[in-house]
This record gives sequence, structure tokens and C-alpha cells, in this order.
Amino acid sequence: MGKKTPLYETHQAMGAKLVDFAGWDMPVHYGSQIEEHHIVRRDAGMFDVSHMTVVDLVGSEARPFLRHLLANNVDKLQEKGKALYTCMLNEQGGVIDDLIVYFLEESWFRLVVNSATRDKDLDWIVGQASAFGVDVIEQSHLAMIAVQGPRARDKVLPLLDEANRQAAADLKPFYGEEHGDWFVARTGYTGEDGFEIMLPEDQAAGFWSALKENGVQPCGLGCRDTLRLEAGMNLYGSDMAESVSPLVSGLNWTVGWRPQERDFIGRVALQRQRDAGPKEKFVGLLLEDKGILRNHQRVVVEGAADGEITSGSFSPTLGCSIALARVPAQTGERCQVEVRGRLLAARVVKPPFVRNGKALVELK
Amino acid sequence: MSETPGDLRYSRNHEWARANDDGSITIGITDHAQDQLGDLVYVEVPEPGREVEAEEACAVVESVKAASDMYAPIAGTVIEANEALADKPEVVNQDAYGEGWLIRLKPSSSDALSGLMDADAYREFVESE
Repeated sequence: MGKKTPLYETHQAMGAKLVDFAGWDMPVHYGSQIEEHHIVRRDAGMFDVSHMTVVDLVGSEARPFLRHLLANNVDKLQEKGKALYTCMLNEQGGVIDDLIVYFLEESWFRLVVNSATRDKDLDWIVGQASAFGVDVIEQSHLAMIAVQGPRARDKVLPLLDEANRQAAADLKPFYGEEHGDWFVARTGYTGEDGFEIMLPEDQAAGFWSALKENGVQPCGLGCRDTLRLEAGMNLYGSDMAESVSPLVSGLNWTVGWRPQERDFIGRVALQRQRDAGPKEKFVGLLLEDKGILRNHQRVVVEGAADGEITSGSFSPTLGCSIALARVPAQTGERCQVEVRGRLLAARVVKPPFVRNGKALVELK
Repeated sequence: MSETPGDLRYSRNHEWARANDDGSITIGITDHAQDQLGDLVYVEVPEPGREVEAEEACAVVESVKAASDMYAPIAGTVIEANEALADKPEVVNQDAYGEGWLIRLKPSSSDALSGLMDADAYREFVESE
């Protein structure tokens, strides 16, 4: 028996197929993962992401602490409510986790980290925070529901109370705001517009049911994975790990190199890798032959070392198989992938594959 | 609850087998198997003429989540494969015992199906798994 979110019984009642996900019993789909995927691209779907870990950092030194803790520069957050995507690195420049940080008050920042890495993340953050006198407070009483898709905002807004509705209607992408016990952010993990809503756990089932009544499709974590893969968004544990640098995980853009004097954890190691020039790069692959790309398959590049698929699956939007892969730096426009004992032809593309319902790669 | 038609025979690898009037055997994966796999997105079937042993991997069914081999429940020669699944793999989800069949075999022995489970035994087997 795994851990259960406040929506567990609701999922059961609504016909979800539940599977273990990092120790949690979570819905993988409610019937068809592919239909749910299409609904998020075309209309609106919702995900229970209450298993994710919400951590508040409270104290007058919260900002200096985050300047040190995070690879991206928290000083990019000057407007209240603004969010930042970042890696949290170890001294060797490996990725402990990726996370979103929200700037709420000068003495209050909120982090959302992965559930699979909760324990090690909290240990690491608490260990680093003591020198700054910052309190690390997990908000485990909060449920989290992500509503995503082109019609997500229209379907959510009427269900919010007055204060949250006004705030949410005015939110710019990648901002969040708290009113009462609710925190509404215009963020997500699908490549579509929408909200991620944190709310008291005892209100989660009622809100979920109201969303369903309002035409929002319950979705499982199955399609969340194909949606984020199409959107070219990394998954921790697959596309990056503690032993791998963000520079070869497609995350160079998240490293706040400037100002030079900002001393974040992992900076020295990263700078060394950057100066040496990474031997690998992180790319998207589009399978041209029939078949399905899967994690850990071997990528064969002529005249170079092998690469590896870090996330592979079927793209419901494109109707073919796609992947994220770590390949030799000299890889050109084509490669082959070893799929079940055969070498299949693939094209190298720049992720994302799909954003806001539209294919961004050319299908031939 | 998944369907388990009474006129079919079943394997421990979740294939079904149907005896046709002409002596051939049609084979597919069970409703329980397709339900466990989820939405299928790719099916690869063998060429007609291929000889297969019992328990030999002879087709591949891939869902969004994972790839699975289909094992021949009995030995025989492939006389027909369901090529239509290449473009419409979801038919296996929709109609596992009908349009979603995978291959038709000419069995090596005439009592080939006797080693397989009947519907009741298969239902019990699924519940015990």
C-alpha cells in the first residue's frame, strides 16, 4: 500500500487506474491515456500532483540563501509572485533535483520539488539553510491540482473565490499568487496554458469534482509524461541525475552564470566543464522508421561514440515516436537508434516538439 | 472486469487461441492483457511462412508505456498476420477477441490446444496472479 493523496478516493470513484508512483498510489489514466493527452492539447484536463513536495523558506536571509543553493539566479525574481525554473546542484555540478521557486515576500520563498527526491532534497536544503538561519517548512497539508490546456483558464476562473479569481485572471505566465489558503500559479508541465493550484487538502475533492462538472477531464500521470516529453521538458531521474551535469541535459539555459561573483553550489565544477567544452549534447529525436523509442536505447552516430535515449515514447500529437537523448557533441542531423535488436533511422531535432497545441517539428 | 469468452483457450502469457473450421488457429492477446498494457501504439507481426515453437516470441505489442512480446501459445506455421494493426494498433484495445487478432497459425499437432486453459481456468489464473 502506497501513500495516498487527498484525492485518492475521488480517483477510485471516477474510475482511475492506480499505479505506484514513487511510493504513492497515483492515477495513470482514467480509461485512455492517449485521449487524455489530446484533451489537454485541445481543451482542458486536470492532474492530481499532490504528491509533489511544497517547501517554504522563511527568514530574512532567504534570498541570499537561494543565491547560494540554486544554479539559476534567484535575483531574476524581483516582482512578487514571479517563478523561476532551476536546478539544485551538488558540489560536483550534478543535479540533485530540478524545481520551481516562487518569490512571495522578501522573507518568504516557496519551492516545489519532486516527490521521488523529497527526502534527499529536504536533507540537503535543511543542511544548507542552517548557516543562513532560514527556516525550511514543508507544506504537506496542501493538495495540488494542475489544470492544463487551451481552455483551462476559462474553466477554472468561475470556480475560484472572488479574490483568487481576480488575481488568477490577471496572472502573467510563470507567476503565482496566494489568497486565503489558496495559491494559484500560471505554470505547468504540459506545454499548454493553465494553472497549478495549491489548496488545503480538505477542499481538494470538492474542487476536483467542481472542475469535472465544469468540463475539465480528469487525467492520469501517463499522459502527463507524453505531454511533457512533447513539450521538451526534462524529467528528473530520466533526463538528468546526480551523476550528470545540466550542461549535457539541455539545461544550460537555466544556469545563472552572471554575475560572475555569485557563488552557487556546483559553480566551480560547472565552470570547469564549460571551459573544457562538453563532449555531449542534449537533443530531440524523431523516429522515421516504425517502432517506439524507449529510455536507455543506444543511439548510434557515424564516426562517434554511442549516445543514449533518456526519455522515449510515442507522441500522440505527432503520431510517431519521439525522444530526448544525450548524444556526442558532433552529432549531425541524423542518427540511428537500436530498437529491439534493429537499427532504426531517426532525425535529430531541437526540442520542444509541440507547444500550445502546435507541432514545432516538421514531419516528413 | 475483463472479458473471457467461453469458446476460446488461453495461455499463461495472456494469449487467446480460437480453433477455426479449417483447422487453423487464430491467436491474439486477451482483454486482460490489453487492459494491463494500456493504449497500444505499435504492433509488429511475423511474416507468413514463419515457423514458431510454443512459447516463442513472435509478435510485439507496444503501449505508450512499454513493449511486450507476444508468445505463440502453440507450435505451428504462420499462415496469416493481421497487417491492418500496423496502422491501427488501437483495434487491439477496442476488440481484442475480434478485429484485434494478431496471427493465424497452422498448428504442428492436431491436439495443440489441449495444453491451454479454458475460460474458467484462465479467469482463476488471472485472479491468482
